Amino acid sequence: MSTNGLQPKIDSAQPASPPAAPAVPPKAALTTGQQSTVTSHQTPVTSDQSSVTSQQPTAPNPPSPVPSPQSPIPNPLAHLSLPFHGVDYAAKGYHVEATVAPDQVVLAAELLDKEGLSLDTITGVDWMAEGQMEVVYDYFHPAKALRVVVRTRIPRDKAEIATIQKVFPGANWHERETHDFFGIRFLGHPNLTPFLLPEDADYHPLRKDFAQ
Amino acid sequence: MIVKEQVRTEMSADGAPRETFVINIGPQHPATHGVLRVKMTMDGEYVVRAEPVCGYIHRMQEKMGENRTYAQFLPNTSRIDYLSAMTYTHAFVGAVERAAKLQVPPRAEYIRVITSELNRISSHLVWWGAFLLDLGGFTPLLYAFDDREKILDLLEGITGSRLTYSYYRIGGLCNDVDDTFIKGTRAFVAQMRPRLKMYRGLVTDNIILRKRLIDIGPISKEMCRKYGATGPVIRGSGIPYDVRRVEPYSVYPEFDFIIPTFQEGDSMSRYLVRMEEMAQSLRIIEQALDKLPAGPVMAEKVPRVLKLPAGDYCYAVEAARGRFAVRIVSDNKEIPYRVKLRTPSLSNLSLFEEASAGMLLPDALALMGSLDLVIPDIDR
Repeated sequence: MSTNGLQPKIDSAQPASPPAAPAVPPKAALTTGQQSTVTSHQTPVTSDQSSVTSQQPTAPNPPSPVPSPQSPIPNPLAHLSLPFHGVDYAAKGYHVEATVAPDQVVLAAELLDKEGLSLDTITGVDWMAEGQMEVVYDYFHPAKALRVVVRTRIPRDKAEIATIQKVFPGANWHERETHDFFGIRFLGHPNLTPFLLPEDADYHPLRKDFAQ
Repeated sequence: MIVKEQVRTEMSADGAPRETFVINIGPQHPATHGVLRVKMTMDGEYVVRAEPVCGYIHRMQEKMGENRTYAQFLPNTSRIDYLSAMTYTHAFVGAVERAAKLQVPPRAEYIRVITSELNRISSHLVWWGAFLLDLGGFTPLLYAFDDREKILDLLEGITGSRLTYSYYRIGGLCNDVDDTFIKGTRAFVAQMRPRLKMYRGLVTDNIILRKRLIDIGPISKEMCRKYGATGPVIRGSGIPYDVRRVEPYSVYPEFDFIIPTFQEGDSMSRYLVRMEEMAQSLRIIEQALDKLPAGPVMAEKVPRVLKLPAGDYCYAVEAARGRFAVRIVSDNKEIPYRVKLRTPSLSNLSLFEEASAGMLLPDALALMGSLDLVIPDIDR
């Protein structure tokens, strides 16, 4: 399986590396952000943050700023039209939270989509004593530390809410799963069939009144 | 294994007959790495629509979380993504520690990082061997399992398990590491570097592999974002998203490592991201061993009966396949009100239908292999 003889052919097919490329590319190559357009599969492009530190192997990476409990909690989404407010990340594990009306979840998804966020997951929480079903939408930002939680509550006996599948296609499976587990119907969903449960399942195991 | 299910003939616009047929791949098929079924509508050799059908190994882990205490649920976390058990346990204990405001001793955090990174290498090695097996190369699997065996021996020495470790405890670790582990890990790091170099010559630069992977299954940045893909999939598409860097947890800010990123978004990029990540994990392990502080490995005064204050708590980690997040909703009782497990494989697979449309069947399977799926991780 030796490939040494084939190396020149690889180079001709792909504008690529010197033949004796090391397993770990040289540091100088790693630190140049301009390499990002090279289509060689040879040069890993790193984030700026890591590029700076990788020249000094002993220097620790700068930790991201963590707000101290005394300072006001920043809210990078304050300009949006929904009631987003900052949360203490160290205590909760997310940065921004909003409780919205059930008919605003699609708007929330559209706004966060424009902000460049990505859909993390969708799930439910059954608050049986209050007769309500909570739907929780988690978002994360692919480039910075920004986790956003959007919550809404709908009546438990009429658990229906609009789908955000048109904004985030990835919501398709998360909504099917939430329908499986909680019986929440996502209106407008193209294929609300059982996802993880058997195909003939007519029960919703994470409802608090579910019993075998 | 591939069963022709039905034949459907349609007339296309120019009047020529256009026939599509449906084939099932799985639920028992070597290329799906577990019990995943993919219903593929084919036009000849080309994929018209590939619809993954999940749930064959669904165990309702989240319901199990609602009927046992936090400590009792801990072993379950090793059984979701069985190849990346350490990181999954880390996310769960991290969420509980965050809620209970427990201070984990530094030594425990360093050992968590060392064992998590060892686990990441062993997971990537399984992927590497199995992926190349998918592509028709049998030999790399034997090399990969040879290396992985050394990691499993090391971890077995301190945890007693070879796969489902359950090594972390709420507030620390189950037991301290010994000199055998530290010496053995140093020896492994020294040994693994030349092996990775050898794999580059043996496999990565192989023209057959490159022809199978380069430009095959491109996934755009935008598709990653819309589907919530994480891990090597998003980094192979040029976005340097890594929870260890973006949302630093544990003692990862203490270490110098880079986030390997490739711009092309094809299967080769995802391959190279994982190969480069193994080298970076070795760097982290080495630094953590150098800096390993002395001290206890368990927080003081962890209550035997743990009741978390009411509210919800999240904790996300970078598992071998991407972002794994735990959400615990507590109502101040001994058992959680709700445990949500956000697994990376589910989001990574969810883009397969869009990404594989129009591909040749063997290329679609190469794309699927490059996503590094673990089916129990999807089905939970």
